[in-house]
Amino acid sequence: MSKAYLGVDVGSISTKGVVIDADGEVLARSYLWTEGNPVRAVKRVLAELEAQVDGDAVEVVSVGTTGSARELTGAVLGAQVVKNEITAHAVGTLSRHPDVRTIFEIGGQDSKIIIVRDGVPVDYAMNTLCAAGTGSFLSSQARRLDVPVEEFGEHALRSKRPTKIAGRCTVFAESDLVHKAQIGHKLDDIIAGLCAAIVGNYLNNVGKGKEVLGPIVFQGGVSKNVGVVRAFEKATGHEIQVDDDGHLMGALGVALVARDSGLETPFSFGVRDVTFETVGEECSGCPNDCEVVIVLREGAYLDGWGNRCPRGMERVRERVCAQEGSLAGAE
Amino acid sequence: MSTQLPASRPFKVSFPHMGNYSIPVRLLAEQLECEIVLPPKMTRRTLEVGARHSPEFVCIPFKYNLGNYIEALEKGANLLIQAGGGCRFGYYGEVQEAILRDLGYDFGMVRLLGGWKLRDHIGDFKRVNPRLTMLRALKAYKLALRQTQALDRIEDYVRRNAGFEVQDGAFEEVHEAFLGELDTARDMRTMAEIESRYLGELEAIPTERPDDLLRIGIVGELYVLMEPFSNLFVEKELAKRGVEVHRFVTVSNMVEHSGRKHTAHLDELIAKSGDYVRYHLGADGTESVSMTYQLMQQGFDGVLHLKPFGCMPEVNAMASLQRLSREHTFPILFISYDAQTSETGLKTRLDAFCDMLRMRKQRPGDAAMADGAETLAPGAERSTA
Repeated sequence: MSKAYLGVDVGSISTKGVVIDADGEVLARSYLWTEGNPVRAVKRVLAELEAQVDGDAVEVVSVGTTGSARELTGAVLGAQVVKNEITAHAVGTLSRHPDVRTIFEIGGQDSKIIIVRDGVPVDYAMNTLCAAGTGSFLSSQARRLDVPVEEFGEHALRSKRPTKIAGRCTVFAESDLVHKAQIGHKLDDIIAGLCAAIVGNYLNNVGKGKEVLGPIVFQGGVSKNVGVVRAFEKATGHEIQVDDDGHLMGALGVALVARDSGLETPFSFGVRDVTFETVGEECSGCPNDCEVVIVLREGAYLDGWGNRCPRGMERVRERVCAQEGSLAGAE
Repeated sequence: MSTQLPASRPFKVSFPHMGNYSIPVRLLAEQLECEIVLPPKMTRRTLEVGARHSPEFVCIPFKYNLGNYIEALEKGANLLIQAGGGCRFGYYGEVQEAILRDLGYDFGMVRLLGGWKLRDHIGDFKRVNPRLTMLRALKAYKLALRQTQALDRIEDYVRRNAGFEVQDGAFEEVHEAFLGELDTARDMRTMAEIESRYLGELEAIPTERPDDLLRIGIVGELYVLMEPFSNLFVEKELAKRGVEVHRFVTVSNMVEHSGRKHTAHLDELIAKSGDYVRYHLGADGTESVSMTYQLMQQGFDGVLHLKPFGCMPEVNAMASLQRLSREHTFPILFISYDAQTSETGLKTRLDAFCDMLRMRKQRPGDAAMADGAETLAPGAERSTA
């Protein structure tokens, strides 16, 4: 049996998973929507991954999680490594593109830029305030225009005269877009304008003050949109590389970190059949009212977070477990 | 004169929190010879009530101050103290007073405008307590300053070492005990004794300092730097990640460079800024840029720049800081604070920042690393990395 490593990246919109071997080669990959239920999404990812690997030949010995649900997923999977998505993306991308000097990342709810020099991340930034330059902005505008977001790229490429659209803020962009449509701009031009607006917003906010040098790798869900890729090439004057596995870089990165951590515990895909439940409750022990989250595995306490003092966790844990206990007793 | 007294005595005096400085401020307030009502400890409720009654686009210190006032008034305070500041903060007292009056509270307010000099404010204090003399006020001021110095020295030691404690919470325990004792000290000798005794206790705490430890300096706007609740306890979060944390904006330092020495201090900061500042940026902006440049020269691994969202002086500073960061490949993490209380975003950014600094450190031959360390003369370098 050879060793394998599992990386899971649970974002706000999509959940990604990979299984890699000791050389970092991807043995199995999965990509699906989170749909507001990270635990269920992870279980579905596990099912897809398990179907792709030969259970008799390889054994997953270490697990890493990343993305905004990394703590919850880490608890559920008993992960050896829980890493922030910025580091995971940098590690993942560097393993495939060792010469990269700038990484653009636009996901569903956030966007980031990572500056790499001589193979080491030296600077990064993340969007701070709003989602104007992210995938969810594109999806909402796609709905307004009644065009599937997957077809955005083709529309944009057909445009010869992209419409100028203010990308500073979702609200402004939307009213600008409606106005341009009403005075007679073509759909293709408006979509190309939107792609340019996303890029302008990204470079002015996330990329502000950063030295953007090639080679540039662009990833995250929005990188699948060729319209945005072209707009980036126009704005930066560099060729933009998009990896076929670009959406999996976070999962790949955290699998590599798990591999290099040296921490190994045999992992079973059977965790899919275990019932996990999360309970969020306000502590109410003081006016701070910490929102404490408890993860239960088959009704028993597994992990929890959100408390600012140890008393908070004890209070909520006792309350929740007492409730669960009485429920279990009644059954 | 900008003091309005409550309609009737007895006066119950209160003032906003900022870090643990309520300890020396209480000592000063005692000279007014009236009951002191400390606002309750900062909680999410403080921020909620403060933000609810504040203009949306005002900076976060305003909202915390207002929350402190409301919670103090609820506890029975009727005389509030507000100090000035080097930015629009200087006008906050007036606005907060108007908001609180609109809310129907009956109270008096002492507004200390025009800097830190005692003789400018003695008139206001004497109206509250006619028995107060300049001599007594001066004595109290000196004592409060000594107490502040003890506080700042101890907390500086904690910041630099807590990240390496062998037993979790060891530093916090000693720190808490120190605060309790310092709060009761009312003469120079006791204060000095408490300071040196607790410094000894802190030094005796077992620590393990790794070879590759990170040294990070924190610069930025003074309120979010000094009030841990408002910066989501960023110093503790860094310590948890094994970081030696340095901060230079403290009340002791501010007092030391106030008054007549203020201009000379600014000139010195500008002179030591490697030409990244050529004139004063207002409030703490000059210091943010100059200290960042100096820390880079001292070989620090990175700098955190904190500001309330919309803080004009620090926005000014950021333009220079971004250029400095780019030209020297020196890592600076910019963080804006507003009324959000979720720590998740902050933790993600801190994790990534610390990971990044460690990855840089593991490649000592890296050109980007060598640049920006000790050896460079101010103004002479342009990064080629």
